[in-house]
Amino acid sequence: MANLITVEHLYRYYGKHCAVNDVSFTLAKGEVLGFLGPNGAGKTTTMQILCGNLAPSAGEIKINGFDLLDQPNKAKRSLGYLPDTPPLYKGLSVQEFLHYCAQLHGVAKNSIAYAIDKAKERCGLAEVSGRLIANLSKGFQQRVGIAQAILHNPEVIILDEPTVGLDPIQIREIRALIRELGQDHGVILSTHILSEVQESCSHVQIIHQGKLILSESVSGLNQSMNTGSIQVTTRMIPDTSILLAIPGVISIDNIRQNQIRIHHSMADNPGKQIVETIIAAGWELQELTPVKRSMEDIFIALTQNSDL
Amino acid sequence: MILTIASREFKTLFLSPLAWTVLAILQCILAYIFLTQLETFNIIQPKLATVDNAPGLTDIVVTPLFGNAAIIFLLVTPLLTMRVICEERRNKTLSLLLSAPISNVDIIVGKYLGILGLLLLMSFLITLMPLSLLTGGVLDTGKLFANLLALLLLVTAFVATGLYMSCVAGHPTVAAIGTFGILLSLWILDWTAGIKDQRSELFEYISILRHFQNLQSGLISSVDVGYFLLFTGTFIVLSIRSLENGRLQK
Repeated sequence: MANLITVEHLYRYYGKHCAVNDVSFTLAKGEVLGFLGPNGAGKTTTMQILCGNLAPSAGEIKINGFDLLDQPNKAKRSLGYLPDTPPLYKGLSVQEFLHYCAQLHGVAKNSIAYAIDKAKERCGLAEVSGRLIANLSKGFQQRVGIAQAILHNPEVIILDEPTVGLDPIQIREIRALIRELGQDHGVILSTHILSEVQESCSHVQIIHQGKLILSESVSGLNQSMNTGSIQVTTRMIPDTSILLAIPGVISIDNIRQNQIRIHHSMADNPGKQIVETIIAAGWELQELTPVKRSMEDIFIALTQNSDL
Repeated sequence: MILTIASREFKTLFLSPLAWTVLAILQCILAYIFLTQLETFNIIQPKLATVDNAPGLTDIVVTPLFGNAAIIFLLVTPLLTMRVICEERRNKTLSLLLSAPISNVDIIVGKYLGILGLLLLMSFLITLMPLSLLTGGVLDTGKLFANLLALLLLVTAFVATGLYMSCVAGHPTVAAIGTFGILLSLWILDWTAGIKDQRSELFEYISILRHFQNLQSGLISSVDVGYFLLFTGTFIVLSIRSLENGRLQK
């Protein structure tokens, strides 16, 4: 499948500060890519570069086969972008604003009305279409921002924190919308809400201090989270080869002489058998703690260990 | 695409009370000046009849009217242009234009034409006043045309300056003061020409007022027209460059 976005060795400097450091990735049709990172990691900068709002210091970006720097207009034609602050003209009504956006994105005159109706329907804006944007609540303004990004049916949709300021019901609707969009578009989504990535994305990338430190599909990530670990402390030094023979145990790390960490699959939890084995062997069990790894753990582990 | 942006900009001006207020006040003040000039003409008309080669109705009414309009535009244009790019940048709406498939040239020229539209409208409304004299008198239409042309060229230059300042400044007020400062200093630069020994031809050439008055006198020379076109072109190109620079920021 042809890649909708190809980013190669992207760098961006603000003076001496390097905001984006050698970022490369691709996005194919049907993928929803979650962009995760702590504040100031370079998420927004990367997105601004992808949308042509900022020039990269070095690197190459291709959108739908067109180089963003050489053929910016052709590349931007297949791009819908919602920045972190929705770019709304507060003095216009929703209908007027969307009409202007459709014109800016070169939607053919006879299909503008259809495009606007469809975007309004998808984002639940039908009942407010005649109201001034300035008078709408923050959640509705956010939805107008999303409507603006998907209006011209672009191949690539880039959303910078799309669920900020929405109530839980709206968040659910927007996530459903994102999944729906992901079926026949390529979507990039930035967020620092981890559950959002788990719920609506197919791929996840973690960016920290401008560097990509994790690039993985969500199913792969879930799989790696499916392996649980148990920390075991005994009085005597245990014989790991006996423990390894228990079905379900994948590997064993020695932490100290009498403390080990047993990695096992979630499917057949061998906790009970491990306890029985240890007691039967007379190693005197002192402690047995299940260690949970959620996406939070991965996130925190990856972002705090900046050597990675 | 340019026209889309221009018409949006033009309509946006009328969404706020700004355009309406400016139109109303401008029209009131200039109507008052127009009537005063007309009154003056009525009073001195008998005396003029005895003078050879005396100034006519057009010289006494139209030229001062357009001269005053120019000064009012000097004050008003910065207020109209200050928010064009600057406010978009502050409200973060500029990214809508930057991520749309349009070039920087489209954005700048579109915005420029939008604002220029309002000022052209004002210029034509001003021209209607002397045209009303045709009902009862005779006008030197050639001179009226020269005056209108002078005002239009002046306005194109003013808007281009304002647009550039709006691109550069971080706050609309700063843009307004900057524009006003540039325009006023170019306007009064000519004053040194009054001091005979220290006449500077360079200053005379740079001064907006000198070129404006040359055109107003009915003498349409390519030097003056060229001056205004160069002036406008320079600031538009600078604006485009400035917008481009925004992408490379810091």
